[in-house]
Amino acid sequence: MTPALRARRILLLHGGLALLLLLCQFVLPDYHHTNFVSIMVLAVYALGYNLLVGYTGLLSLGHAMFFAAGLYGAGMGVHYFAWNPVVAFIAGAAAGLFLAVLVGLVALRTSGVAFMIVTMMFAQAAFLTTLYFNDVTHGDEGLTLTQAARSFALFGTVIDLTNPAIRYNLAWLLLAGALAVMLLVVLSPAGRVLIAIRENEERTRMLGYDVRRYKLAALGVSGLLSGAAGAAYVLFFGYVGSSFAAIPYSIYPLLWVLLGGVGTVAGPVIGTLLMFYLIEIARDYSSSYMIVVGAILLVLVLFFPKGIIGSWRARGQGWIP
Amino acid sequence: MNQKTPRSGAKKSLITRRSAIKTIGAASALGLAPGYVRYAQAQTSEPLKLGFQLHSTGIGAAYGRWYDRTTQAAVKLINAAGGIAGRQVEIVTEDDGTDPKRGAEVVEKFASQHKVDLVFGTLFSHVVIGSAPRAGELKMPYFVVSEGYHVASGALNRYVFQPGITDVRSQVSSMAPWIAGNLGKKVTMIFPDYAFGHDHRDFFTAAIEKQGGSIAALLPIPPTETSYTKYFPQIPAETEVIYHVMVGPGVLTFVKEMGEHFGSQRPQIFGFIDSLEAVDLASPGLEFLDGTYFWEAFPRYAGANQSAEDKFYREHVGVDGNGASTADAKDISTFSHMFGCWETLYVIKQAIEASGYQGPADKAKLIEATEALTSFAAGNEHPQGDKLFDGKRHQCYGHQFISKVEGNKLNVVHKTSIEDGQYENDTDYTKQSL
Repeated sequence: MTPALRARRILLLHGGLALLLLLCQFVLPDYHHTNFVSIMVLAVYALGYNLLVGYTGLLSLGHAMFFAAGLYGAGMGVHYFAWNPVVAFIAGAAAGLFLAVLVGLVALRTSGVAFMIVTMMFAQAAFLTTLYFNDVTHGDEGLTLTQAARSFALFGTVIDLTNPAIRYNLAWLLLAGALAVMLLVVLSPAGRVLIAIRENEERTRMLGYDVRRYKLAALGVSGLLSGAAGAAYVLFFGYVGSSFAAIPYSIYPLLWVLLGGVGTVAGPVIGTLLMFYLIEIARDYSSSYMIVVGAILLVLVLFFPKGIIGSWRARGQGWIP
Repeated sequence: MNQKTPRSGAKKSLITRRSAIKTIGAASALGLAPGYVRYAQAQTSEPLKLGFQLHSTGIGAAYGRWYDRTTQAAVKLINAAGGIAGRQVEIVTEDDGTDPKRGAEVVEKFASQHKVDLVFGTLFSHVVIGSAPRAGELKMPYFVVSEGYHVASGALNRYVFQPGITDVRSQVSSMAPWIAGNLGKKVTMIFPDYAFGHDHRDFFTAAIEKQGGSIAALLPIPPTETSYTKYFPQIPAETEVIYHVMVGPGVLTFVKEMGEHFGSQRPQIFGFIDSLEAVDLASPGLEFLDGTYFWEAFPRYAGANQSAEDKFYREHVGVDGNGASTADAKDISTFSHMFGCWETLYVIKQAIEASGYQGPADKAKLIEATEALTSFAAGNEHPQGDKLFDGKRHQCYGHQFISKVEGNKLNVVHKTSIEDGQYENDTDYTKQSL
């Protein structure tokens, strides 16, 4: 396959996916319209997670801390300092980046199972911090942002983040941006180095690459996307609480990525969407919906171990990034 | 008759093209009228749909099960008595998994998919706080049964009410006079180190100091703790009363280890029944609680002076005189909380009937009518007791009970006045726009 044809196909797949999500807003009923906002924001979180686990081979069990850094970074700024939502969003994303680099400086001294444990411990410490500073964070109960605090003026026009159409299109913009960032990173020479690290870290080091620096950069970008997702979530939905920093929110992105396809750009988006509706539909049939979801996941893992997009790629579609 | 015939004929002769068009128009209107009338009737005779946000799964499931039973019992009674404003009540239940993110999604689902008239029944504070912003944005009346201070504190919005259960600040404050007067004034508090425990810490500290008492020590327990032995030696010797409010699966270990630490020589002990809701007091390890005191919102054990409304309420919900299910004596209810669903439904009934609510277009009228309520009289609709309602704070205030554990039962020793639980704050939701 020529590079030009591959580029065209990549653009068609990811552009098509983004376009489809953009157009969905015109046909979705109200309830699903709001669900899609949540899904697109969480998909950005999954994309960030996948950069680390899928492309760099670092399995984190503590990504909730970066998502929560974004939530608290933006949410507390608006709640306590009446920040403009744009400033709050940037602060939330920056908080994710900053925390990821800080944690990375320590955690990247380890690898494999040790890295999983260290990231989980850091995340647990972050979760307990949100409870410990209850006077500021309101701990498990959390904080709400008023409707008025979630609007801002842009070139004389008031942008109200509680407006369904505005919220949907901003969430889409964030996801489209995250998809573009992921494609740029993954298809760049640096992305090839990350994949090389995943495949054989020692060999990559022997080739002269500063492996630790690449891993730190990957963790930074991953933290940035996770933080951006957290910041968007609090601004769109007006609530931040410590439950978002708890262990389940470190496990969810792993499940989304596994379902969609580890080490694929489109996979996390598909995985987040399918998992959301898998749970949603299972809820209608049983209060033990997680058993249903678990059974379906088992089937997927047995028959599609590389996830949906990963399995498709394995069947002669090697051009899929 | 003969005289009328020509007049009749004269009328016929007056038919013009214009009057014919008018007649056809009127006939068309009449032809369409049945549809319109049917629609107008539908507005008033269709069932009233109430969205019930239930903790069927997650940490709140034990409470959720009883909230559901109480709600179904109250709705059955309401419907049997003619419904609300002549309309039957239909409950639409959605599980929120006791999760704030899902809570907000459930509110959205109620509004957009189920098209309910209002949402009610949420218990856990973090789910209430996570769901409230969406309820406000959707302008969906949201009646919670949470006992959190979040409503009265002014942290939420104009669409959120808590008219069926008192808040934790009120409960805690009303305990202090009796504790100071009967158990002691030097208090050591043991509480979970997160928001729920911090509310107790802050409000009780202020209340006991107002009574001339003092806090001997504050012992916050991290939420991840599984053993409590290291905390008991930190209780100062001068402690006269231990105030504990542990919750979750560790509570049995906590009581057992406290008993092992103190043996027969112990200070007075006062706790909140939240620790032991849905737990049998005859459970092994709880023997140490004998002779200690508990706050109850509604006494679990019927007692000798059981009121007629208490009896009525238990019969209809299916709870025996020991606070257990009439179908299974081991199935202990969450008696101090679940009455809130029953009473909230009757407040909703009162507010809807007072507002003349017909459909979603009247939501603002419903909010204003709820804010105009001032008191609820004790009776079958309010079996826990009479209450005052503060329309500015969207919060009710009522009586509390203090019970002593004697022979694996709780016997009421004190009932507070409504005034004991009142406090000052400047919350006024009525200033917010609708």
